[in-house]
Amino acid sequence: MKLDFQHTQAAHCENGVTTSLLRHHGVNQINEPLAFGIGSGLFFIYIPFMKINNGPAISFRTAPGLIFKRTCKALEIPVERKKFRSKAEAEKVLQACLNAGQPVGCQVGVYYLTYFPKEYRFHFNAHNLIVFGKEGDNYLISDPVMELATSLSSYELERVRFAKGAFAPRGQLYYPKEVRAVTSEQIKKAIRTGIKRNVRDMLHVPGNIAGISGIRYTAKRIRGWRDKLGLQKAGSYLAQLVRMQEEIGTGGGGFRFIYAAFLQQAYEYHGLDELPEISKEFTKSGDIWRSAAVQAAGIYKGRLGSQSDFNTMSDYLYQTAELEKRAFVALSKIKWPA
Amino acid sequence: MKKNEIPQDPSALAKITKEICYAVDETGKYGTELSNGWEVKVSALDKAWQDVEQRIAAARQRVLDKEASPILFFMELHVMDIPIVAAYTGFWIWQVKKHLKPAVFHKLSEARLQKYADLFEVSIQELKTMKAHET
Repeated sequence: MKLDFQHTQAAHCENGVTTSLLRHHGVNQINEPLAFGIGSGLFFIYIPFMKINNGPAISFRTAPGLIFKRTCKALEIPVERKKFRSKAEAEKVLQACLNAGQPVGCQVGVYYLTYFPKEYRFHFNAHNLIVFGKEGDNYLISDPVMELATSLSSYELERVRFAKGAFAPRGQLYYPKEVRAVTSEQIKKAIRTGIKRNVRDMLHVPGNIAGISGIRYTAKRIRGWRDKLGLQKAGSYLAQLVRMQEEIGTGGGGFRFIYAAFLQQAYEYHGLDELPEISKEFTKSGDIWRSAAVQAAGIYKGRLGSQSDFNTMSDYLYQTAELEKRAFVALSKIKWPA
Repeated sequence: MKKNEIPQDPSALAKITKEICYAVDETGKYGTELSNGWEVKVSALDKAWQDVEQRIAAARQRVLDKEASPILFFMELHVMDIPIVAAYTGFWIWQVKKHLKPAVFHKLSEARLQKYADLFEVSIQELKTMKAHET
């Protein structure tokens, strides 16, 4: 059985799943930047007391699941989301959805995801894909980071749905409950909500580890890494930062470009002259994040290593913090027509 | 980032797929383009795996020196940490910590060893002798 479903590739898994599922449900206007912006996907957090794969815990995006949840909510589309204790029950519900013609979003772990290259298989549990059919024992899979649709045996799918560790998916599946056309008015309103919420997340989260202050905090820590950790370990930390920033599914620097693309689209809906200007700021910020990654690579590849190299690295982050702060303040000052 | 600046370096991912990048064209308008990979990312991933290799080698040595049980070796080999091993085997974290001690490990029942063997996809004999399969 194969549902009539259009696989589309995306830069980020949750954006992709959200976009494809909503399109399937008749929301033809939606695309990746819109889903990302309406879901207020841009974020930054450095959790100092936590370690991931023996390195720093840094994220450039909102918590897993939020983009889908917020985007659907903003477009007034009801959502079904289920977690399971029993593997049998999880498969039964999936099967029932498919029988009812419903493609299903699943949160999975990547360690046992067989079609990924081995190099990418760490214990990362917040990956998302869509199941859109079953042929024999194989489930048909639309993984948004892949160019083409693929498949997993029922055992392989069960294994990734019940991956363990941080963010364990517990068989989690989700889908929009109804097919609904969405008006331009609704999209306009959703864009505004998304931008306002993103302003809040980046500028007004209390504490110094999240949002713009989180970027500054990280910049400050990086200055100290060389002395505190030694060159080897500091290099590993920077490599982790770059992976969190640029790697598939986490794409922090790339997120700045997606957000810039979102603001260009927001302009098409709202026609406010500030939007394309602010979009350029995010492009600049994304470029600086990439320069930072190049600098970090110089360090972890052993080409650079002096304290001043770490300071340069840190300065890049201060620069993006400054730029993004200006951009979000400008967004917060936009006068939205009622 | 401009479209003509999108890196096209060979990467592990390129074996199975290209990735989408957002970038601006000459007029400043955003669109998507496919990328093969970026050398900066490739080397970050290489660095991560070098670290893993080092941890595996260090773990192997500690097991040979009788400072740790083979569970440590397999845990590092599978890029896991103690909470992940505990979650997959169903043991408590403090139990896994105890099982990492050689003296405790040697007294473990077959049933308990089997749980670890299942997780690491080896036989009990292989578990005890640190014989790993190539994956």
